[in-house]
Amino acid sequence: MVKVLDNKPSREGLGEALLEVAEKYPNLVGIGADTSQSTSLGKFGKKYPDKFINVGIAEQNAVGIAVGLSLVGKLPVVSTYAMFLAGRCWEEIRQSVCYNYANVKLVGTHAGITVGPDGASHQILEDIALMRILPNMTVIVPCDANEAKKAVISSLELNSPVYIRLSREKLPVFTEEKEDFQIGKAKVLKEGDDCGIICCGVMVYESLVAAEILEKEGIKCRVVNMHTIKPIDEEIIIETAKKCGCILTCEEHQINGGLGSAVAEVLVKNYPVIQSFIGIKDKFGESGTAGELMEKYSLKSKNIIEEVKKIIRKK
Amino acid sequence: MTKTYQELNKLCKQFRKTILEIIYNAGSGHPGGSLSLVEILTTLYYLHLKHDPKNPFWEERERVVLSKGHSCPALYVVLAELGYFDKKELYNLRKLGSILQGHPARVYNGGDKINFVPGIEVSTGSLGYGLSVAVGMALGLKMDRKENFVYAICSDGEHQEGSMWEAIMFAGAKKLDNLIEILDYNKLQQESRIEDSVNLEPLKDKYLAFNWQVYEVDGHNIEQIDNALKQAKNSKGKPKVIIAHTVKGKGVSFMEGNVEWHGKAPDKDLFKKAVEEIEKAEG
Repeated sequence: MVKVLDNKPSREGLGEALLEVAEKYPNLVGIGADTSQSTSLGKFGKKYPDKFINVGIAEQNAVGIAVGLSLVGKLPVVSTYAMFLAGRCWEEIRQSVCYNYANVKLVGTHAGITVGPDGASHQILEDIALMRILPNMTVIVPCDANEAKKAVISSLELNSPVYIRLSREKLPVFTEEKEDFQIGKAKVLKEGDDCGIICCGVMVYESLVAAEILEKEGIKCRVVNMHTIKPIDEEIIIETAKKCGCILTCEEHQINGGLGSAVAEVLVKNYPVIQSFIGIKDKFGESGTAGELMEKYSLKSKNIIEEVKKIIRKK
Repeated sequence: MTKTYQELNKLCKQFRKTILEIIYNAGSGHPGGSLSLVEILTTLYYLHLKHDPKNPFWEERERVVLSKGHSCPALYVVLAELGYFDKKELYNLRKLGSILQGHPARVYNGGDKINFVPGIEVSTGSLGYGLSVAVGMALGLKMDRKENFVYAICSDGEHQEGSMWEAIMFAGAKKLDNLIEILDYNKLQQESRIEDSVNLEPLKDKYLAFNWQVYEVDGHNIEQIDNALKQAKNSKGKPKVIIAHTVKGKGVSFMEGNVEWHGKAPDKDLFKKAVEEIEKAEG
């Protein structure tokens, strides 16, 4: 059994992280857009009202303001729903953040289908693709609240744009607070040589559960938590391909352009092996509970188990 | 030594010629909106801006955000004259390997080395983004209790972008009185007169309704621009906009008020003709 320490949304890692390091970074500024209670940025804003700006429902302005703040020496963290940040503000992020080499941190919460009842308008399934194609951008998809907190803290060390993708739904917390976290350095959570499962975000827990069940059936999977999508850890992908001979990528995102694509880009030029993809198949989501949607859109551990069995036969 | 209005007007003539020369040399670019901006930039850089061309990244400097990035030939010419970079670089405008990109880039990254371009505070070019960035700068400076002003130079046409109004609404609501926008109101956009696409009028009333202090000047009259800037710097409690009424293509008869000259370079004959006209003009 995967040891679950707690059950909470990864978005809570943002507020916790900023409160923890606020004194270390006196130039920190939080920028919200009428969603700061739900993103958890509001926790920072409550304690440091002079370093918090609510721009109202004006995400494009939020990003522009963050760039301006960074150019006069501030360390801005913008957070709102991922749909309205990575989606609506894509051009501001390209032109004003990335092209300027602006030291702006973007934290998109409520990403993916697990947003649930709000429906497809709020379930961004394209943000990993949108952000990873931008020059100068770092993209991180933490798997739980503990990792989210570490991702936020580590991002502040970088003097460059970072996008962090977080979830709304309460999720199992299974990584240890004391565990080391390094941007760009993936983690092997479970060893095996029959199939490599490379996953991120919500799908890491599902992958671990799947791997445990498969193990009982005699199939050993290597589970890699690819928390950083860009720069991607090429070394671990190649190593996993060599060891396992097949790869399954799992993400709560469109298969087109996301983690799976990023992994495929590494495999085809270095060590091509058969690869399969768990993710959203070129569709919009819909209303439902997170659990129901994970089930309907085939993102559960049972779907992973099925897919692993299929690809190991093709090796 | 502070220059007199007369000296500045003389300098403007020279700037106009160089703008046309470098656009002609580049073979492409935006003469209309560059020529409308000459007196505005000259007055700002020579009479008001706290800056040091020899030390372009001086922390205490005031910032200029050229939101209408396509008019960068005017900015490049002024920056070169002030000594931000070698004047020779002007003739590399829009060419491979130049720090002077077709639209301003804060960072020139032609290879492995990152070069910060002296005098370019923000990369711009896509319209409607610069004002938000200037708002962020103004906010940051206020947080640090600095007295510096931030100057945003916007076009009339970019007021058709919704993002402009997000920034205008925010600055008014937050009483950002260290923000001074200069609006180059040349009345034309790429394809038509602005009033023939989506009219901005009543523009002054719009700014007033968003809680801005508004000044209106003849954007080719240095004295008027200078006075408006002085007043704007002394007024407290609101962000300021100087609506500068200008003529697109100013100084060249066949370009003035002519939509065709938004974004093309003159050929050799027209370039010569334009320079002759500027030289013959009074002042």
